[in-house]
Amino acid sequence: MSSETDKPAGHDESRRTFLKQSSLLTAFTIVPGPVLQAATYELDEKVAAAFEKVSLKLEVNGVKHKLSVEPRTTLLDLLRENLNLTGTKKGCDYGQCGACTVHVDGQRVNSCLSFAVMHEGKKITTIEGLAEGGKLHPMQEAFVKHDGFQCGYCTPGQIMSAVACVREGHAGSETEIREFMSGNICRCGAYSNIVAAIQEVKNGGQKV
Amino acid sequence: MKAQDKQIGAPMNRVDGRLKVTGGAKYSAEYELPNMAYAVLVGSTIAKGRLTSIDAKAAEKAPGVLAVVTHFNSPKVPGFDTAGKDPSQPATVGGPLKIFKDDKIRYNDQVIAVVVADSWERARYAARLVKAQYAQEKHKTNLEASVSDAFLPTAAKKNPKHPMNDYQRGQVDAYKTGAIKLESEYVIPTEVHHPMELQSITAHWEAPDRLTLYDKTQGTMATRRDFAKEWNLPEENVKVIATFVGGAFGNALHSWPHESAAIIAAKVVNRPVKLMLTREQMFTNVGYRPYTWQKLGMSATPDGKITAITHESIGQTSTYEEFTESTLAQTRMMYQSPNVTTRYRLASLDVCSPIWMRGPGEATGAFALESAMDEMAHMLNLDPLEFRLRNYTEQDPEKNKPWSTKFLKECYQLGAERVGWNKRQLKPGSLRDGEWLIGYGMGVGTFGAHRGAATVGAQLLPDGTVLLQCATTDIGPGTGTVMTQIAAETLGLDPKKIRFELGNSSFPKAGTQGGSSTVNSVGPATQEACLALKEKLRTLAGAAFASAKKEDVTLTDGYLTLAGNAGARVPYADLIKQGGDKAVTVEAKPGPEGQQYSMYSFSVHFAEVRVHELTGEVRVSKLVSCADAGTIVNEKTAGNQMKGGAVGGIGMALMEAAHIDDRFGRYVTKDFADYHVPVHADSPDVQVAFVNKPDPHVNNLGTKGIGEIAIIGVAPAIANAVFNATGKRIRELPITPDKLI
Repeated sequence: MSSETDKPAGHDESRRTFLKQSSLLTAFTIVPGPVLQAATYELDEKVAAAFEKVSLKLEVNGVKHKLSVEPRTTLLDLLRENLNLTGTKKGCDYGQCGACTVHVDGQRVNSCLSFAVMHEGKKITTIEGLAEGGKLHPMQEAFVKHDGFQCGYCTPGQIMSAVACVREGHAGSETEIREFMSGNICRCGAYSNIVAAIQEVKNGGQKV
Repeated sequence: MKAQDKQIGAPMNRVDGRLKVTGGAKYSAEYELPNMAYAVLVGSTIAKGRLTSIDAKAAEKAPGVLAVVTHFNSPKVPGFDTAGKDPSQPATVGGPLKIFKDDKIRYNDQVIAVVVADSWERARYAARLVKAQYAQEKHKTNLEASVSDAFLPTAAKKNPKHPMNDYQRGQVDAYKTGAIKLESEYVIPTEVHHPMELQSITAHWEAPDRLTLYDKTQGTMATRRDFAKEWNLPEENVKVIATFVGGAFGNALHSWPHESAAIIAAKVVNRPVKLMLTREQMFTNVGYRPYTWQKLGMSATPDGKITAITHESIGQTSTYEEFTESTLAQTRMMYQSPNVTTRYRLASLDVCSPIWMRGPGEATGAFALESAMDEMAHMLNLDPLEFRLRNYTEQDPEKNKPWSTKFLKECYQLGAERVGWNKRQLKPGSLRDGEWLIGYGMGVGTFGAHRGAATVGAQLLPDGTVLLQCATTDIGPGTGTVMTQIAAETLGLDPKKIRFELGNSSFPKAGTQGGSSTVNSVGPATQEACLALKEKLRTLAGAAFASAKKEDVTLTDGYLTLAGNAGARVPYADLIKQGGDKAVTVEAKPGPEGQQYSMYSFSVHFAEVRVHELTGEVRVSKLVSCADAGTIVNEKTAGNQMKGGAVGGIGMALMEAAHIDDRFGRYVTKDFADYHVPVHADSPDVQVAFVNKPDPHVNNLGTKGIGEIAIIGVAPAIANAVFNATGKRIRELPITPDKLI
């Protein structure tokens, strides 16, 4: 499935306030009122966008997006706030908890630690893109079966990390799994069950 | 799973599992509302004093900023001026912080401004531009320096029967004259709940007098009550939605300043406002397990009978609320001692208020009590398990009542076998594997089997499914799942045909999810609502059913049927066609049994640790947790909860500590790099065993509660195992390598 969307990232309503107050545009204050009013909706936005935003193309879960984003927007915030893919979680925003783990071109990354604009042209997979059609990914099935979660908040990150852990060849033993999953914190403490789920997928020989 | 199978006790997969593994579960900052605005908090940089001014000009001018609200421009919050406390509130004195109401700074990082913008990025940037000036005063943030100011909680002073009063059985401080005695001091540092979901709220004024909150709370009704009061609104005008809660462990049992800030901000900008704390703010603004100093004296006879225990505790609280917890409860009832003295005190510091953290109080107290039990057993040259058996209580020595049920001995036996207790050597330092010293330790936990009133609504829908609703929340234990099981068994219906909805204050009322009480309270309400629904349907089902008992009615494959009467089959469709209400709402309340019996859940935890003799690194190589928690409704979710408590106990024992630099009164631990919580590699494959015998007195289901006893006693089990491995007794948590080398 592939489609093109073109929507601005972020809400633009108050940019006018900024522009009216910015020194660069004080010149507008000598422009007659009606002109200024017209400009507030059209021109100001474009001028401001040129300052603040850069264009970005990326593919998320098979959907191609053409976006305009602020350079300081993290991949995590882009997913959650602009694309409404809230399955990827914010647990610390410092790359310490793993709740925001997604795959970028097949590699697991902490999406809170990378800016969206760093991923021009890349393919992102989030938890929402792991199941195929209505069929759960084997790792998702195994997490349900082994109760590899409680509150569920770290779960998307655990699952994305677990899939990568198996693909990387780092699920050879219980000890190895624990080591290579240690970037994903589960405060509910469902670690034993998460490890059991990963082992089942690894030993089941299904394609991950 | 087939309908005719027994549902209670079945290891059913979670009903919300699919939503959780696909990213479909929505938490409080994940609702999409039109015109959403984003709020970021600014905190004070001093711990005590007054705000003299705030310069918000630069922030207000920053791109996308909609408002900067501070004490100097905040709209009046009407309820802040209404004095008076709610008697149903727990034992805190004082009141939550009234944000922006005055210029007083009570702790470092207290919220002094909320910046609202049209994106996170813009709000975050602008928040950094807010500058404050203060008149600073000398602060106190160190408990040990404040011990001389410790006081008896006001609630206890006012009421001689209050449980925080000094307790006495037999002679005062009798341990001092005992034959064999010990006196030890124990310290636990401040620990922070740190659920993975950052504390978040989306506040939406749907009309000037109608407020909807998507909030991280353990009690939708308590949150509704708090904010209805804050804004002088009728409770029905406030709706609180908490369908999914990303962990909490107690920190969402209280309403906090950030919630008030989001609501005020939403009022000011007249848009829905979303607010998420940072991980750093999770240390400073949403409670913690308080730093606590304890002293325990114990005496015993040479043959291992305890003759006296004195247990004293001083816990920290804030200057504006008196937070208390049951630190000394376990000491009063766990062991058969003729003389017991307990004294509970508080010290007020310039910090945010604490709040109950998993196994509140008891987990703190059990560290002292269960460590002291191990110390005394060592002095007596007795196996610590044998020492506990010699002082086992067959009835509650504090209340002089029989236990409703107590199967702690069975737990001892189950756990000792599984951990390999017979390998333990009396002499510390006897076992090793190369450079690793091996030791075994145990710790006991208990928590009251609390039950409150709860109401559940049940209705038969036209598609033949049953919908149940209750305002209770689920912070992770699997509430919806076990209620579905209880309903399935009561109705005789396939669990797939049942939907249990929760986390909405508009649903029939229930208490907060805290104190291990949810299944004890909501479970019987679910059961009784299902029985009432069957009774209602029976009366509509015609002649064959008219004289039947409601217990014999079952809902099977689209038909109302009757046990022992194959001919009695009425399609739901016929019942639904008859019109009229197919819904019932039933409240279930605890009975008088609580007056007759002492009701507790019990647990024991056995740890095997390996301590590296050169580096002092401690690895928990085995952890076995056994519980007498009454009926286990779902072994899969219950077992998971026990494992999770054990992992929390590893954190408490070995790594968790939030540190304040007292010069500035500010936390120096600000994130997971400084405040360590257990990760995958820190956790062994935790083994769990349940006695699984019903308690006939708490409720008809026989449940007693799991959440708290899962962690209470774990930290001392590990500390005792470290002693057994090394001969070093660590009385101040966490047991970091520097304390062992």
